[in-house]
Amino acid sequence: MMRLLLSVLMLAVLAACGTTAREQDGAAVEDRKAIPGDPAAGKPKPDTGLTGKPLVEKPVAVSPLKDPGNILSKRSIYFDYDSNLVKDEFKPIIAAHARYLQQNGAAKMKIEGNADERGSREYNLALGQRRAEGVRQMMQLLGAQAGQIETVSFGEEKPRCTDHDEKCWWQNRRGDIVYQGE
Amino acid sequence: MSGARSFGLGAVLTKEFVGPKSGKFLDRVHRFLCAVVVLVSLALPPAALAALTIEIIGTGASQFPVAVVPFRAEDGLAQKITPVIAADLARSGLFRMIDAGGINPVPHEPEQVNHGQWRARGAEAVVIGSVSQLPDGRYDVRFRLMDAVKQTQLAGYVYFARNDNLRLVAHKIADLIYEKLTGEAGVFATRITYVVKRGSRYELQVADADGYNAQTVLASNEPIISPAWSPEGARLAYVSFEQRKPVVYVQSLTAGSRQAVANFWGSNSAPAWSPDGRRLAVTLTKDGASQLYLINTDGSGVERLTHSSAIDTEPNFSPDGRYLIFTSDRGGSPQIYRVPVTGGQPERLTFEGSYNVSPRHSPDGKSFTFIQRNGTRFNVAVQDFATRQVQVLTDGGIDESPSFAPNGKLILYATEVSGRGILSAVSSDGRVKQRLTADAGDVREPAWGPLPKQ
Repeated sequence: MMRLLLSVLMLAVLAACGTTAREQDGAAVEDRKAIPGDPAAGKPKPDTGLTGKPLVEKPVAVSPLKDPGNILSKRSIYFDYDSNLVKDEFKPIIAAHARYLQQNGAAKMKIEGNADERGSREYNLALGQRRAEGVRQMMQLLGAQAGQIETVSFGEEKPRCTDHDEKCWWQNRRGDIVYQGE
Repeated sequence: MSGARSFGLGAVLTKEFVGPKSGKFLDRVHRFLCAVVVLVSLALPPAALAALTIEIIGTGASQFPVAVVPFRAEDGLAQKITPVIAADLARSGLFRMIDAGGINPVPHEPEQVNHGQWRARGAEAVVIGSVSQLPDGRYDVRFRLMDAVKQTQLAGYVYFARNDNLRLVAHKIADLIYEKLTGEAGVFATRITYVVKRGSRYELQVADADGYNAQTVLASNEPIISPAWSPEGARLAYVSFEQRKPVVYVQSLTAGSRQAVANFWGSNSAPAWSPDGRRLAVTLTKDGASQLYLINTDGSGVERLTHSSAIDTEPNFSPDGRYLIFTSDRGGSPQIYRVPVTGGQPERLTFEGSYNVSPRHSPDGKSFTFIQRNGTRFNVAVQDFATRQVQVLTDGGIDESPSFAPNGKLILYATEVSGRGILSAVSSDGRVKQRLTADAGDVREPAWGPLPKQ
């Protein structure tokens, strides 16, 4: 298990690096915009002996959290009915976020648990909480610190899908990862 | 008969709104909050119309035949008295309303009542009365309940009320009639609370038990759940998600001010009042699992009550304040348990079925109502503490959040008709059902308020 997680992590990190590099290449070559309000940059004056050249705009790195090609952009973990067991297909997502938290000690997140609409609202709130807790515990085992993660629950109050059958319900039994500041 | 009694609604719902108390946690999640547009707006002006329409299904085992004669001079009032009395009595399912029309002259005083004539119509009791305006603008409303068989007066009372309290006077009269004829306290002058969802907007409302005078005490673009009345009926505790997590608030209905009383790390929910109004039982997750805690109503004095690794939630105090009943899945499926407020080993109460949730004590403490899943249906049930006998009272699809009326005779709950949330009430013997439907939107999370203070 650990070995599988580690290899997934390596892949995730490689994917993240590749993405960042590509975006920096693209930005550096084409942008020739001058700094606004700087006369020296805008129009060199040869008779003074001064020379100048436009400064390129610094490339803005796309946050790996926002990059659709990065596993960190995946934020939802889905669960079976009345279950808080994390299914194998979602473990790489959790591992990637745990690694991100470990590498970014100042980063903080909420894990928001949700439940489908069947049954008591308060009991569903507790079910959603238990799902969020399950994800938190897994992240802490993988290196995230306790103070970085708050688990809360919306119970059945914020369904992603509102029809009254399983094709909606499965989408509502989930935990969502939301970083502070998002 | 005691004399004059001056009147004023004990609780005035105000439009004031005080924001949540700031604290360390708020600072931490400040950036979260910035991203969330939460509209917590002011209460709306009181609506004069009924927000809820009531439909009655079924009748009591026996119905007492009663005639309500229009009061002298009530035609001139903005709010007639006797139609409200008659509607209250009819809604209970325990009375058969006898036609009071076509009697000439219309009786307003005891000596004008021809008892034989009323008996011939089938009435065993006759309600008569009159209205007159006082020099200060208030109204003098007096009524008498006459026994048409014994030809005596069963009750009589005079109220002095402002124009805007005439419905309340009518409910008080209906309560007295109900009490004299059934031996139980009436609950017509009580109030209910519930949440209306219209699109993405949530409104916590308080209304008279007949659905009139609905007032919004909190409006938000984030969910509101689990409102609970304080024992004296002047405060509501509830759960609001406006901080992008469940937080328990206590709001004064008289001052309109409110305070976040449980806003700990994690989720805060399921508030329940102790009978003395000093403590709240809540579900907190600050130590991991959803567990029961006791706190003071200002949020201080946090004390953990249950210690399981399972879900413990939906606490409810016994009327004597000594026990809490709650939902727990410590045995593998959600069931009802009981624990002393001083702590200790919880005792399992429900054994039928694999899903029993949302327990609430009856006012006499002898039974509790809860929701039982039967197949894919969720129904209102009642279990007797002594005999452990369970009676399922409803046969609908998705019933939730049952609570007893303060006289123990009715249970208010949320249900769904054609995909829309409505409120219903069922008599505790299961015979009479009332449906309360809102003009628009989903109605859910009802709770029946306490009896007004005498």
